[in-house]
Amino acid sequence: MDLILVNLIDGLVTGLLLFMLSAGLTLIFSMMGVLNFAHASFYMLGAYFAYQISLGLGFWMGLLVAPIIVGVIGAGVERYGLRRVHQYGHVPELIFTFGLALLIEEIVQFFWGKNQMPYSPPEALQFTLFSIAGNAIPAYKIFMIFVSMGIFIALLYVLTRTRVGMVIQAALSYPKTVEALGHNVPLVFMGVFGVGTALAGVAGVIAGPVLGTFPGMAFLLGSIVFVTIVIGGLGSLWGALVASLLIGWLTTFAASYNVEFADILMALGLQKPEDMDTALLRDLWSLTLPQIGPILPYLLMVLILVFRPYGLFGKRDV
Amino acid sequence: MSRAIRTASAAAPDHLSLRSAVPWVIAGLCLLVMPYVFTSNSAITIMNQMAITIVFALAYNMLLGQGGMLSFGHAVYMGAGGFFCVHIMNMEDLFARMPLPLLPVFGGLFGMGLATIVASFSTRKAGTVFAMISLGVGELIAACSIIIVAFFGGEEGVSGDRTYGLPVFDIEFLHQIEVYYLTAFWLLLSALLMYLFSRTPIGRMANAVRDNPERAEFLGYSARWVRFFSFVASGFFCGIAGGLFAINYEILTEENLNLVQSGTILLITFLGGVGFFFGPIIGAIVFTLLQTVLSLETELWQLYVGALFVLTVMYFPGGLAGVLMMHLPAWKLGKLRLLLVPYLKTLLPAAIGILGLASLIEILFHFRHASVGDEEMTLFWITFNSHAVLPWLVAGAVTVAGFWLARRGAPDLAATWHEANSTDGGQAA
Repeated sequence: MDLILVNLIDGLVTGLLLFMLSAGLTLIFSMMGVLNFAHASFYMLGAYFAYQISLGLGFWMGLLVAPIIVGVIGAGVERYGLRRVHQYGHVPELIFTFGLALLIEEIVQFFWGKNQMPYSPPEALQFTLFSIAGNAIPAYKIFMIFVSMGIFIALLYVLTRTRVGMVIQAALSYPKTVEALGHNVPLVFMGVFGVGTALAGVAGVIAGPVLGTFPGMAFLLGSIVFVTIVIGGLGSLWGALVASLLIGWLTTFAASYNVEFADILMALGLQKPEDMDTALLRDLWSLTLPQIGPILPYLLMVLILVFRPYGLFGKRDV
Repeated sequence: MSRAIRTASAAAPDHLSLRSAVPWVIAGLCLLVMPYVFTSNSAITIMNQMAITIVFALAYNMLLGQGGMLSFGHAVYMGAGGFFCVHIMNMEDLFARMPLPLLPVFGGLFGMGLATIVASFSTRKAGTVFAMISLGVGELIAACSIIIVAFFGGEEGVSGDRTYGLPVFDIEFLHQIEVYYLTAFWLLLSALLMYLFSRTPIGRMANAVRDNPERAEFLGYSARWVRFFSFVASGFFCGIAGGLFAINYEILTEENLNLVQSGTILLITFLGGVGFFFGPIIGAIVFTLLQTVLSLETELWQLYVGALFVLTVMYFPGGLAGVLMMHLPAWKLGKLRLLLVPYLKTLLPAAIGILGLASLIEILFHFRHASVGDEEMTLFWITFNSHAVLPWLVAGAVTVAGFWLARRGAPDLAATWHEANSTDGGQAA
């Protein structure tokens, strides 16, 4: 029971972090119809910038400034890169963001090298908030939960309750009409791309200390973010939230329960082979749940795409 | 890009005449002579690598260029074919009775089988859904390679020995040169087959489905089946490339399957140019040279390749082949000569500027990352102190001067370009 509670909290942290990345990505996708492959790279940039700033000015300045820098870079990428490639069609756009992801990883390696950076949580949050049956829950985890929740609520409020959100939503479906009403639609696109990447930057700033700040961090999370928004349904903010939490809990729980597949196979009535070395299914017999935990999201995504191509909450076919 | 494709296919003969065999004969002769021109062992290794990459890139382009399907997990089909071939090598009874040159066929069939399964559910749509499914399947299989030890061999991979096969005309494939000719034979054969495939109704319809699936459906073709067959055929040739890889390196590991490998082949194909059949060939040759030559010169080669890739997508979406084909009209008008001097005047300074910029980057990298006390570095055969001001100034000056000269030459180049591409001597505005 206690383990379940700890896992619930851990999964919530992972899920909400994933949500912060996928929220920005979803925003960008629903605006421009392009899946930004470099999204996780902006997350990485956020972590590195925050680390660099925290060396001189402390963690809180990093949390404030790094996402802004990332957002400005993102807006620049949209203005001078993506907008140019847009005329060639969707596939070159995807390829462009893919190339950008490679390039950003190389640039990060150029400046900071290949090793992990000693980026740590702020001292004010380095204590155990409470513990559940001997499992200490650090304050930083709870802080991460609150930041993510705050961002989700703010985003939802801006998009659905304010004038800016109205213009954004309208520009999505009727760009010509919105333009005729006197709004600068390309500027809106640029702004949304900037805000989306800034969100990724925030995720990087707060995840960097716990998940590690190293050149492979974008690659590690990159494909999982896609999985998330595809499962949730492209373009759906609620879908992104549900899918993020689903994946967060799925991977956390899978990692902590050591279920052996041999037991399941035996329950199905199969005989355990005598000689393990020559048996054809020997890998299946020795498999455990934590081993396949990391690939569960991909499995889920392929299944979803096969049976329900528009995802859990998506309205349109991608 | 689409216009370039249309002109290219319009220029091609509609039926297969003797004339269209000429490039293939030339290619065959080139492949035959190459080892006599570049005789060193390392050159033959590079050429083997190149040939395998060409087959893979051509197979990849069957999807991306001809079918408009962007796959992010295509290394899986090549890798799976390769793993299967290594396993055949390790089946002593079977392998001892089988000539080695036949091995890639089995790799191809295995790749095709896997592609059939994946294509059965992934080819409904081309765009983002296809890309995402390919990514998911690719990640899934790459992750399985560490779990399913029986087939993928876990972390250390699976290795075999090609020399246990049945000798063909007393050749046991002990030497690299023998492997080279085997690879070259398969390269020519599979390139020819892929070219012929692109001329079949299915191959032609793949283009139609890429450009406008709805209209293709109205013509009575099922877009889905056309994509399905393209995917399966691509899987077959990927498997052949995998088989060649297995023969050449005698080992396959998780690295042959993962996302990095899939990304690399996308990069190679796009760099070469997806709109033309021969584009991926150029891409594979250039990339392999960059990889082998540049990586010896600098630690930062991946940075340069990444920048090159992003710039290509932004400014030359037709890739290197597209740049080459841009010159076709001028060549047909007999005015290609005109461009020579303006090109020299613009591109030479631009190249110098780029080298200057690269030097700045190299000096900065050395300045930041060299071990403490190690201030000496060698660049372009000159050894200097990276902490001194002078090298920075020189490199900066070269960069600025190079780009300034290139920029000054650009209007002249644009004017000449216009003149070279118009029939009436350039008077048309």
